[in-house]
Amino acid sequence: MSTSSRPRGTGAAPGTRQADVVRIPRPAGGPGRGGPFAGMNVPAEKALNFGPSALRLLGELRPERAWLVLVLALAVVSVAFSVTGPRLLGEGTNLIFAGAVSKNLPAGASQEQVIAGLRASGQDAQADMLGAMTLTPGAGIDFAALANVLLWALALYVLASAFGWIQAYVLNGVVQRTVYRLRERIEAKIHRLPLRYFDSIQRGELLSRVTNDVDNISQSLQQSISQAVTSLLTVLGVLVMMFLLSPVLALIALVTVPLTLVTTALIAKRSQKLFVAQWKHTGELNGQIEETYTGHALVKVFGRQREVEERFREKNAELFEASFGAQFISGLIMPALTFIGNLVYVGIAVVGGLQVASGAMQLGDVQAFIQYSRQFTQPLAQLGSMANLLQSGVASAERVFSLLDEDEQSVEDAGPAPVGGRGRLVFENVSFSYSPDKPLITDLSLVAEPGQTVAIVGPTGAGKTTLVNLMMRFYELDAGRITLDGVDVTSVPRRELRSRMGMVLQDTWLFGGTIRDNIAYGRPSASEAEILEAAQATYVDRFVSALPEGYDTVLEDEGSNVSAGEKQLLTIARAFLARPSVLILDEATSSVDTRTELLVQKAMSALRSDRTSFVIAHRLSTIRDADLILVMEAGQIVEQGTHASLLAAGGAYALLYEAQFAAPAAEV
Amino acid sequence: MLWKLLVRYLQPQRRLLIAVVVFQLAQSVASLYLPTLNADIIDLGVARGDTGYILRVGSLMLLITLLQIACAVTAVYFGAKAAMGMGRDLRGAIFTRVGGFSEQEVTRFGPASLITRSTNDVQQVQQLVLMSATLMVAAPMLSIGGVVMAVRQDAQLSWLIAVSVPVLLIGVGLIVSRMVPLFRLMQLRIDAVNRVLREQLAGIRVVRAFVREDLETERFAGANADVTDTALRAGRLMALAFPVVMLVLNVSSVAVIWFGSFRIEDGSMQVGTLVAFLSYLLQILMSVMMATFMAVMIPRAAVSADRIGEVLETESSVRPPANPVVFAEEAGTETGTGTARGELEMRDVGFAYPGAERPVLSGVSFTAAAGRTTAVIGSTGSGKTTLVNLMPRLFDATSGSVRMGGVDVRELHPDRLWGHIGLVPQRPYLFSGTVRSNLLYGKPDATEEELWRALATAQAEDFVRQMEGGLDAPVSQGGTNVSGGQRQRLAIARALVKRPELYIFDDSFSSLDTATDARLRQALRRDTAGATLVIIAQRVSSIVDADQILVLDGGRIVGCGTHRELLETSETYREIVSSQLAAEEAA
Ligand SMILES: Nc1ncnc2c1ncn2[C@@H]1O[C@H](COP(=O)(O)OP(=O)(O)OP(=O)(O)O)[C@@H](O)[C@H]1O
Ligand SMILES: Nc1ncnc2c1ncn2[C@@H]1O[C@H](COP(=O)(O)OP(=O)(O)OP(=O)(O)O)[C@@H](O)[C@H]1O
Ligand SMILES: [Mg+2]
Ligand SMILES: [Mg+2]
Repeated sequence: MSTSSRPRGTGAAPGTRQADVVRIPRPAGGPGRGGPFAGMNVPAEKALNFGPSALRLLGELRPERAWLVLVLALAVVSVAFSVTGPRLLGEGTNLIFAGAVSKNLPAGASQEQVIAGLRASGQDAQADMLGAMTLTPGAGIDFAALANVLLWALALYVLASAFGWIQAYVLNGVVQRTVYRLRERIEAKIHRLPLRYFDSIQRGELLSRVTNDVDNISQSLQQSISQAVTSLLTVLGVLVMMFLLSPVLALIALVTVPLTLVTTALIAKRSQKLFVAQWKHTGELNGQIEETYTGHALVKVFGRQREVEERFREKNAELFEASFGAQFISGLIMPALTFIGNLVYVGIAVVGGLQVASGAMQLGDVQAFIQYSRQFTQPLAQLGSMANLLQSGVASAERVFSLLDEDEQSVEDAGPAPVGGRGRLVFENVSFSYSPDKPLITDLSLVAEPGQTVAIVGPTGAGKTTLVNLMMRFYELDAGRITLDGVDVTSVPRRELRSRMGMVLQDTWLFGGTIRDNIAYGRPSASEAEILEAAQATYVDRFVSALPEGYDTVLEDEGSNVSAGEKQLLTIARAFLARPSVLILDEATSSVDTRTELLVQKAMSALRSDRTSFVIAHRLSTIRDADLILVMEAGQIVEQGTHASLLAAGGAYALLYEAQFAAPAAEV
Repeated sequence: MLWKLLVRYLQPQRRLLIAVVVFQLAQSVASLYLPTLNADIIDLGVARGDTGYILRVGSLMLLITLLQIACAVTAVYFGAKAAMGMGRDLRGAIFTRVGGFSEQEVTRFGPASLITRSTNDVQQVQQLVLMSATLMVAAPMLSIGGVVMAVRQDAQLSWLIAVSVPVLLIGVGLIVSRMVPLFRLMQLRIDAVNRVLREQLAGIRVVRAFVREDLETERFAGANADVTDTALRAGRLMALAFPVVMLVLNVSSVAVIWFGSFRIEDGSMQVGTLVAFLSYLLQILMSVMMATFMAVMIPRAAVSADRIGEVLETESSVRPPANPVVFAEEAGTETGTGTARGELEMRDVGFAYPGAERPVLSGVSFTAAAGRTTAVIGSTGSGKTTLVNLMPRLFDATSGSVRMGGVDVRELHPDRLWGHIGLVPQRPYLFSGTVRSNLLYGKPDATEEELWRALATAQAEDFVRQMEGGLDAPVSQGGTNVSGGQRQRLAIARALVKRPELYIFDDSFSSLDTATDARLRQALRRDTAGATLVIIAQRVSSIVDADQILVLDGGRIVGCGTHRELLETSETYREIVSSQLAAEEAA
């Protein structure tokens, strides 16, 4: 170290010299995806809407304002300390140096005499140097003063670490809470999306937004916020110091700023697309994975493993291209900025050298300035490298935001609920279609009187389930209206409406939890006795009691460890427990064996007796005692009446009935 | 596990990694050299006002910077390529491995967890490799260089290094080791978030019908709070790592100055040496700090690697045979065995689900003759689905043997076995895509006519024609955008397109109206002539004319014969029939 003989120059050095060496690349999270380099194919991805999305991401931090202010304050202190610390160490070095020099001087002589002596012998430079020091010729190092300085430095460092720790601690909370809220909002959003939305998505893709994207956001926020604050403050602080020292040189140093910005922007523009692609492909891959794992058995038995793997490989390769490209291109920012830093360094050295030569500046000042310029370019470079981390995070945030921005189902007007009605359900000239150019239900009207059991029969695809979907307001009508006890259902909040209805869907669904919890889903407030009663009535008890864990048996993934019929019985028990005022059974017992079905029927008719019910069934035996039978075909009600009247009429119903009972009856 | 995984999956990337090391070395050497040039510019250039010198050395410095950058960029290129390449390979390996699992392993891990492991966990390992590629080489280089230089400067002060470096290592080690269990929990909890959300998406209609949004939100909030809590705790430890490192680093500097001052005082050391020593110490500690950046990533990556390894090391309980038997027709030689490939036989088969106390099936023996229809009827939970799942080896029988064409299914190559079977599962799952893509599932090269013929047999032709786009009409995941009966018929058509020797219809007509059901069965008989049919049904009408009906009760066959025979011999069967006629008789 050739500067070692110049304490002034090196005093601040320990921390700054190393700046060239220590570059800590920050991970820019995530599996990757492909880029425009070295012949990689460039996918035409939607560019990142960086500015607005980044601002919105920052906006997500709003509830943490107070904490962020604290983080900022702590960062200011930390930066102040980290600038002051090396100064104190420098002072310590100066004391040692002064002591070492003094020791070699004749004791008793004054500092002035020594300097004069040096000048006399033509050693002007040495004289200048000594002139800047406080010397006591003959005495050694002033240990008391040194201890004092070092203790201060020690205290400062301990404090700096403590503050740094508190800052990171607080920030960690800020980020995790923000991420918590993001997940919370996505989940809440799911409940506000119209059902139509779910017909058009891949589950795994949506899941990826909640796990992979949110995870990525959390990592990039965590790493970039504290860095950004610290780096920015350091840049500002150093800039001020530089202007104080030499406005001319400071202007040169200032050139770094636009250069840095332009370079970062140029590189970032390229990597943005790749980050967007990276997370998009991650989502799509997750979608593929989810779907394949869900249909695992089918994939195997249909011998599709190879094709599925092939498709996976393609998507996986795309993801590789994007993430590799994104990492590589954004990895260029750091080296590029280092180069700019060195360029400016040389510039300052040249101009500084001229200034010294012309006597416009002191050597020490130029040296100090150069140290500052190091302190200046390093955080700038760090800011630049953070840009790519942020880009990755913002790309993920954008995916989360786009989900949050999906159109929601129409808002509820919290109008008065039709309480206490007995369940008179009326369809008035209802029209509906899933896709606008394919009318399904047109101008359909029907009346279900309170307490009536209305059966809906008809060939598959006739629109029976659709009718139920409309009653539940899963989909909105195109025309006409549905009233419940005289009130238009659209004027009632959906929850209000649905809480009066209970249904057993064609597609059974159970969640991962105990059998007890699954039954209690119908009415969480139900007592153990009520649950048991429902289970017994619906013959759930029969198979549950055979299970070693009984009602505490945990159902695995969507109930894959009970049989299909058992699953249906469980969903019936659930509806039984709910005791709604309108009951809807959509092929509730289609997978239940007929002997059990007969038994369950009894429970069901008891349940139906005092409430309006809709029953959809292909096994006509289950609906023959309905008060009203509607025969549907192609979205229309083609016949209605009682079992007897319809049989007598000899129409569509009679035909259906014949078809079903002719065969076995003849055989017996 | 992490190490094992890395060694194994970085193997194909080793050239890239060697390149990374070389270029990182070069760039570290350059960055070690640069400070000297910086100093020279100040000492010999600026101090003397020698502009020429500044420009000369400055250009040299820029040249070296350029070189350094070139090296850094190249290293980043290879590093990113290696890390992302490894990630890609890992994802592929997991995906393939899970593909080989039987239902048993899929259920054991749970699909939600398998999904997390395939993406999120891989990401953690990949990230670590990426970081290592940038830091692993430079950090040791710089610290070793630092130690050598420092000791050369003043061996007697070196004890400070001998103290501070271990202190650092122990400090970081303590923090990091505490993070391991937290991250293990964290990944488990991400699984949980995945699971709850996946369930919600699947059951969205039920949730809405029962107005249980609040309950679901609460359930999710629980999972969410759990992840957040773990992330908070892990984050706090991480927050501690850097302040600790900084503290050790700074305290060491202070100590060097303090202890150095005595040695200077007694004249055994120069001030310049002290300052230089200080710089090198900082260099060592800084590189240790860089390593810390990596160190804090290790726990999560290690946990993820364990989870990945768990999947990769799990053998499917349904293993392909070492020497698969080949049917004569397939082998084209005389060495093969078996003739009627469609013939299915069960010999004293017993089966118990893992962990279950009682067997679901016991002593099941029957033969489903080739070209004949065998029906299975029985009460809910009697084991019908379980029985047919043994045929394509979704599970393996726990006792007895399942034979196809006279060969135990466990001795057939799974691909061959599956090639002979067309399965329509009880839950007719459709994949997202189009009608066509779903139909082509069993036979990718099927012609348009074949598709339409299968649709016609499955009584699905009419509605597919009416669908917008016909064969290219979109199908959403699980088939939620078609009616229940339509879904079932598409699943049937999918199996028909495949034209296998053995069809399995697991309660596949339950959502069809009787008329459609009757037409379908008629067409089916015509279209599948020669193939073996196994039909599970609840409606007697669906199976009256089967060649053989098995009556299953409590996992045992309690009756076997034709409809007529069974009416005579089987009490259970009579009960079933009368339950379906009860309503009729009452009328
Ligand atoms: N989510 C949806 N998006 C688009 N089209 C749909 C959707 N659900 C049903 N359809 C279509 O609407 C028509 C009526 O379907 P619906 O489910 O009401 O029939 P269904 O009478 O209940 O038949 P099944 O007896 O088979 O259950 C069918 O042609 C079906 O393909
Ligand atoms: N994965 C599993 N783990 C443990 N037990 C299971 C599992 N799958 C099914 N079971 C149990 O094994 C028994 C037989 O189930 P299976 O699905 O074979 O019945 P099934 O005859 O097909 O009934 P269903 O007519 O309702 O479809 C049931 O009691 C069920 O609870
Ligand atoms: Mg339906
Ligand atoms: Mg079954």
